[in-house]
Amino acid sequence: MFSGLREKVGQVLVPGDEFSLEVQETLSLTEPLKPEKVLLGPGLKRRGDRKLLVVKSGVLRHKQPHVFWVENHQRRYVPAKGETIIGIITVKSGDVFKLDFGGSEQASLSYLAFEGATKRNRPNVQVGDLVFAQFIVANQHMEPELVCVDSAGRANGLGVFGAGGLLFSVSLGLVRRLLRPRSDVLSDLQKLFPCELVVGMNGRLW
Amino acid sequence: MSDSKLSKNLLRMKFMQRGLDAETRKQLEEDERRIISDEHWYLDLPELRARENLILEEQSLVSCEDLKYGRFSFKGFNPEVEKLMVTMNPKEEEEERQEEEVSRMQTDVTDEEMALRYESLVGSMRKKFTRKKNQASEEGDTERVSLKRDQASEEGDTERVSRKRDQASEEGDTKRVFLKPQD
Repeated sequence: MFSGLREKVGQVLVPGDEFSLEVQETLSLTEPLKPEKVLLGPGLKRRGDRKLLVVKSGVLRHKQPHVFWVENHQRRYVPAKGETIIGIITVKSGDVFKLDFGGSEQASLSYLAFEGATKRNRPNVQVGDLVFAQFIVANQHMEPELVCVDSAGRANGLGVFGAGGLLFSVSLGLVRRLLRPRSDVLSDLQKLFPCELVVGMNGRLW
Repeated sequence: MSDSKLSKNLLRMKFMQRGLDAETRKQLEEDERRIISDEHWYLDLPELRARENLILEEQSLVSCEDLKYGRFSFKGFNPEVEKLMVTMNPKEEEEERQEEEVSRMQTDVTDEEMALRYESLVGSMRKKFTRKKNQASEEGDTERVSLKRDQASEEGDTERVSRKRDQASEEGDTKRVFLKPQD
């Protein structure tokens, strides 16, 4: 059904390329006809019922069974729900912190979204601190919101981290390469010397 | 008072309906229900069915590329983060299978071991139930025991339990032995 897409895996696509997912021309009589689902990652958008549109220029990648996305070079981060990022606290106003994560606007982080925080027991966060947080609201219509706690209320490594150290800005592609399951860069870094590393999906490394 | 002077609402009240038959009561209920359902509004549209969308969109790259957790610690710099790395990252399937095998071998007892243990267990249990005077003859007498066992297998249990003195004479013939399970 999406054989047209499969052929292009590994090739360069440009914004404006369209793919139409056609119905199978030959139906097999033995197997039941199952509509195959397609999961589109970043770089591909749905247009109409059975058409795909490429919106980023890059190489088409594929993962079994039916995930496609476009891999491109990018330095500007666009927030997406569920991603963990490194943010810098800029404003501490009332019940809410404002964080700069390198996006078009600042994200808000409630002071209750930390592990073990209550109205009386406020988290110890100052302006200028580095925070490792996760997006819960991240779309083009609303202000992005972050939390430092998972759905069960546990921190799991999120929250304020480290005094000292160095913060770098890198491209999003490097972040992807570091966080891949079998990453060469990471295995080389491991052997160097004892250190700690925090990688934010917004292109920041600490 | 005749019925025509009483209002409808009054007639619908509970105390007025106690005298009515079941049929007339049902009639009244149905009329009420019809009035209420007539007042409901309906849309005059054909039945619409939302089609299952075959194309799903996903914004985040984390699930596309199976990216790992963002905090790392190398060579034990931060032990808490090392623990987090183990718990947060999805385990690979091969490692899981190996771990399972190793743990199984350590905890379970193999069949051979079990058979060996059981043989030695039989010998030690048998010794436990023999009297002192029979201990000397016991060691060389395994064959006689096995012959007698067939005869006395059914009696053996009851004898052991009752321990009657008059059966002391039979001890020489049917020893109270630890009986192996017969197939």
